[in-house]
This record gives sequence, C-alpha cells and structure tokens, in this order.
Amino acid sequence: MIPAAFDYKRASSAAEAISLVGQYGDEAKFLAGGHSLIPLMKLRLAQPAMLIDIGRIKDLSYIKDGGDFIAIGALTRHMDVEKSALVLKEVPLLAHAAGYVGDAQVRHRGTIGGSLAHADSASDLPATTLALGATYVAQGPKGERLIAAADFYKGFLESALQPDEMLTEIRVPKMNGAKWGFEKFNRRAQDWAIVGVAAWRSKDASGVALVNMGSTPILATSVSAALKSGASVADAAQLAAAEAEPQDDLNASSEYRVHLAKVLVRRALEKASA
Amino acid sequence: MRHDEPRHDIRAQGESESYIMVHIKVSITVNGTQQEKDVEPRTLLVHFLRDQLQLTGTNIGCDTSSCGACTIHLDGEAVKSCTVLAAQADGGTVTTIEGLSKDGVMHPMQQAFMENHGLQCGYCTPGMVMASIGLLNENPNPTEEEVRLGLEGNLCRCTGYHNIVKSVLAAAKK
Repeated sequence: MIPAAFDYKRASSAAEAISLVGQYGDEAKFLAGGHSLIPLMKLRLAQPAMLIDIGRIKDLSYIKDGGDFIAIGALTRHMDVEKSALVLKEVPLLAHAAGYVGDAQVRHRGTIGGSLAHADSASDLPATTLALGATYVAQGPKGERLIAAADFYKGFLESALQPDEMLTEIRVPKMNGAKWGFEKFNRRAQDWAIVGVAAWRSKDASGVALVNMGSTPILATSVSAALKSGASVADAAQLAAAEAEPQDDLNASSEYRVHLAKVLVRRALEKASA
Repeated sequence: MRHDEPRHDIRAQGESESYIMVHIKVSITVNGTQQEKDVEPRTLLVHFLRDQLQLTGTNIGCDTSSCGACTIHLDGEAVKSCTVLAAQADGGTVTTIEGLSKDGVMHPMQQAFMENHGLQCGYCTPGMVMASIGLLNENPNPTEEEVRLGLEGNLCRCTGYHNIVKSVLAAAKK
C-alpha cells in the first residue's frame, strides 16, 4: 500500500516547523518517526496534503535531568528512552514501557513525542506518562505552554494540541524510588495492548492508568483513592474500570476488557507493592 | 510506465483537483553505492529499493509494519522499510540482504541460518537475517529469551522459530 500523494517539506527547527504548519493549516501533518502516521496514511485513514518532516530536528532529541523531573525531547526515540541510564534510574516505569512499544524496528524509528501527539489510547506511552503525572510542553506561534497529561487527551486520536502547535518536550516527575508495575495483555508480542496498565505506588500516593480502555488513556483515580484510604490491592483493583468506557472489538468485548483491567491492575499493583 | 521515469505534473486520480504530484531528489547510499534518484514524497523505502534499484531481496509481507519481512538497516539499525519514506532516508546509509556477502562469502548470520536450517519457504528470511544482525549489533551475546524477544517484530509462518533462534545463537558464537 502506498499512501495517497502529498507534498513534503523538511523543517530544521521547531520554529520553522510551526511556521510551515501555519502556512499550510489543516492540510498539514507533522512527520516524526512516522510509525503511527505512515500506517494510517497507507490505510487512507489519514490523508494530509502536506507532510512537514520534523524528524531531523536533532536538538529535540535529548534526555536531561530537570531537577524534580526528567525532561525528554519530543523527538527522542523509544529505543533511546528504553536504554537511557537516566530514565532507568529516575523513571524506570517509563523506560520499561518504552521497551514494550511495538518491536525493536519500530523503537528504532518511533518517537515519544510522536506517540503522545498521536494520542492513541491503545498505545503504551500516553497511559504511562498519564500515570506518572507528566507535563507536556507545546510550542506554537505565540510561544510555549505546558499541558498536564491529564488535560491532554480529548478523544479518539484527539489531543489538546492546536493545529499550529508542536509537542517539544515531555517532563516526567522522578519516581524517587516508588515501586511500579506494567502489564500489557496482547495476542502477539508486538501488538497494541488489548488492555494495558501502568502503575506506581509510594508510601502515600499512587498512579494507575489504563491502556485501551476507552477513547483516551484512562487515569484510574478510584483505584488510587481506595489505596489512599487503606483498601487492599485486591479490593482497590476491583475499581479498575470505574473511569473507563471500553469498546468492543475483534480482540475483546467491553465486558472482557473490564475483567482484564481488574486482573491487570491487581497484578501491576502487587508488583508495585512488593 | 516504469517507476524510475520522472513523472512531473501528473494529477493523481481521485485526489484533490488542486493537488499536483511533485518529485523530490534523494541521495541514499545503498550497499556501499550512492544512489541519487527522483522520488515521489510518498515513495516508501521498500519500493525505492525494490522498484527503483531492483533490489528485490527485501520482501514485502504484511505491508503494515507487523511482519518484518521488509527489515533492512538504516544507518546501522534494523528498521521496517515499508514504514519509512525514501525521503526520510535521504542522506542515510542503507544495507539490504544483497549487501551482506563479501566476495561471494556469506555473512556469518547467513551461514548460520543455512547450517541450522533457519528457514523453510524463505520468504521471511531476508528480514529475519537483517533483524538478527541488528539484534547482535546491540546485544552480541544474547540469551535464547533475548533472541526470541528481540525478533518479536519478525513473523515466520513455517519454522516455529526454533531453528531461527538456534541460528542466531550459533551466529553469536562465531
């Protein structure tokens, strides 16, 4: 399958990319690693008339210590997040989840910013960064703004980014030794999760988010509230799907997804409580 | 019309009337030879290799970045060439299955696949070999489990994977 025809421009900086997208408006899409967008274009589910290739903006590929958080440039590849000593030390849940995105070939090309901006609730990193309470940095013609992960996901493949804004950085709070669990249930190793769970827990707080349990990644706030008020992991996990609105598809009915969410939240929290 | 003939100003049927197909120039070093070609922006790297350079050793299997048959190396790393635009590879270095043997001598991974019967129909093999070499580049001494996990992006419908894993482990010892 070959995508429908489009025109192609290469941006060498975020500012140039934003100016180009301002010029072409709704017809344009940013191309980072292309591992979410190109498959959609081949299936004609996306048909942009203009691709603005931001994949060569090297100064947006970095992992830095920001004090309370780790700052990750939007064009950092999954493989680089997975193997970063800094991410492994300070945000091990994110390094682990990045290592489960697609397969090695996909992780060599796909970027964290591309995955988040694509806003697919079936992807691992939107839910993982949501569980971790990340903040995303968006750059637009008027400058930068910060968007909390909890405010970012608006609907199926729909984010809070304006058409002329570009995701430039992801700020992930350090876990400070909090324990964590990550569960991904699928049929083939490289597939999207049928249901996935990213969870962490410290002495007095926790974060639990669900993959593929609705049109957006879902923050399971009822689970965290129950844990805070002293509920056992098994009891809290029963509330896993309280915020979710799972869909039926070929892989699973919504009822089965609810069942999976409860089991997987329990397993993830058991690891995070061990 | 052959793919490598320039086709300027052709309207794509059924697409936006105002839209005019454009070509861009790419320069990609493939198996040691620099190739400068005009491509449409939508040209996938796998089609560039197969149709414009006639390097048909790289196979197209699923065409949805699942099966890994189209795996090649771009700048030294295994990637699925059905999900990379030729334009994205512009300026880069590509190695395909055709570029592995030297002076008629097979690459140790190819040799290992042969010796361990790491193939049956052979369709997935070029991608398997390229992914396996990429795997050993990143992890020269993998465990069996690491080989199985490292090749999760490559599907084989014949072998049940056992002999492929054996081949990769054997190549790691060479």
